[in-house]
Amino acid sequence: MTTTAPATRRARRWRAVLWGVLGLVALAAVWELYKLVGPADGWLIGAQEGVTGSGIRLLPRTSDQAMPHTWEMLARAASPVTRAPGALPLGVVVLLAALVSLGVAALGWLVGVTVGFALALLMLGFRIAERAVLPFVILSQTVPLIALAPLIRNWGSRLSFGDFSWQSWMSVVIIASYLAFFPVAVGALRGLQSPEAAHLDLMRSYSAGWWTTLVRLRLPASVPFLIPALRLAAANAVVGTVVAEISVGFSGGIGRLILETAVAASSDPAKPWSPILGAVLLGLVAAGFVALLAAFLSPFRRQETLA
Amino acid sequence: MSTPAPTAAPEPTPTADAAAAVVVRGVERVFHGAKGASVTALTGIELTVHDGEFVSLIGPSGCGKSTLLRLIADLDEPSAGDIRVFGRTARQARIDQAYGIAFQQAGLLPWRSVAANIELPLQLHGMGSAERRARVAELLDLVGLTDFARSYPDQLSGGMQQRVAIARSLAEQPRLLLMDEPFGALDEMTRERMQTELLRIRAETGAAVVFVTHSIPEAVYLSDRVVVMSPRPGRITDEIDVRLGRAAERGEDLREESAFFEGVTAVREALHGPQSSTPGTARGVDVR
Repeated sequence: MTTTAPATRRARRWRAVLWGVLGLVALAAVWELYKLVGPADGWLIGAQEGVTGSGIRLLPRTSDQAMPHTWEMLARAASPVTRAPGALPLGVVVLLAALVSLGVAALGWLVGVTVGFALALLMLGFRIAERAVLPFVILSQTVPLIALAPLIRNWGSRLSFGDFSWQSWMSVVIIASYLAFFPVAVGALRGLQSPEAAHLDLMRSYSAGWWTTLVRLRLPASVPFLIPALRLAAANAVVGTVVAEISVGFSGGIGRLILETAVAASSDPAKPWSPILGAVLLGLVAAGFVALLAAFLSPFRRQETLA
Repeated sequence: MSTPAPTAAPEPTPTADAAAAVVVRGVERVFHGAKGASVTALTGIELTVHDGEFVSLIGPSGCGKSTLLRLIADLDEPSAGDIRVFGRTARQARIDQAYGIAFQQAGLLPWRSVAANIELPLQLHGMGSAERRARVAELLDLVGLTDFARSYPDQLSGGMQQRVAIARSLAEQPRLLLMDEPFGALDEMTRERMQTELLRIRAETGAAVVFVTHSIPEAVYLSDRVVVMSPRPGRITDEIDVRLGRAAERGEDLREESAFFEGVTAVREALHGPQSSTPGTARGVDVR
């Protein structure tokens, strides 16, 4: 790793921002270009005369109904969400909902990371646990989320002791964490097992115990494996939150807003795009947060070069 | 100081071994493979390393020299026999930090700076930070890396990495150094420089050294005594005293002296057997 002057590093950062903005502009340009040249009714093959919904659509429709102009979406986001007096602009409503979802997703991520890491430690400590737990960890991810959501809501609603009663957002947190723990469990286990034999011998020669070896050797060595896992977990937590909000019926978040605005699509085609873009923004914020975390941990990402 | 151990090995008593850094008696190591197959890596090993003595273990690949070193370091346990390090069991000696160890790969922690790598054993054993800093500065000076204290291992050459590893092995002022082909991955020039460096460091610390190598000139140049091993099963076949003067007096000139070449010839004959001087009989031995 060569040390770079702060000036060049700053220049590189600005260039990264510039490329990001250019990417967004390019995406909007492609959208508008296709809308301009694409057939209004799309392109269907094998459609039967007079039968709606037959055939396979290879190209989407470009009507204002299906693909509103990008500027219409922006304009819609700026105008009030409903005609009711004092209604907030749609964009603000979307941002508020995204914030709620972000909180829920962050909580789900935190729970998922904790559980995943605990499982990795368990599997590291006990060979038997690795053989017994790992197949179930993998199996757990094959259960469809849609099937799981009502179950968790149902089980949760039976829980109540004292003042505590199960809230629907808790179900969302559980589902988000259910998706988030998997990459962490697998990635952390690989990372914790990554130190070479020579390093483990060295720690043994120092009479370092299991915990000391964990803290001084295995944990730092696991960082390069952990960061991609944390990033995956963040993406999974966001997706899990959005989907779980819909299937659990938790209102206030972005997922629910997507469902609500989709209903209005026929009369107000630009409206559903705002919460969709809001969900994308949510994913970007989550990814950005992990990138920040990675920057914090960058000293541990140095790789040993062989002599 | 040719020390063929008595065939009927008496139980080592602390008093008898007070002057010995390492005493190995009747050690055997058998590895059990899958399907009941077993490999005898070492058998009938008798070895004494005196305090302050530099002993090289040499032999072709698979003769068990690294295994023997690992047994002394208590990184592995013998199937039979007894190992004493400064009169204690190998296990107790490891717990007491009686030795420092260096491997073929430097084995530095990539996320720690040079200073922090050297500091690792001191930190693990709870030395105060001020004391630690002073000791690390001393060690950096000893291996000539003071200017690189804040560098990271990936910014260093192989030779420099190995010097950091040696400094780390010396951190707790051990009376015994165990080295497993520490210069095996270095180029010839660096290697010779490191050998001279090691002799100087050893003269300053006065520690006993058990040094595994497969290079005959390296063994002769460094050692007071060369222990020759042979494979299948791994055993000690010969011990050769090298009398090239005290460590502090050995310099680069020594490599061109006749005593050095005599030592090389003696070790080579011990390895290959007296009748066959043709190369190839002891494969895996580096005769550079």
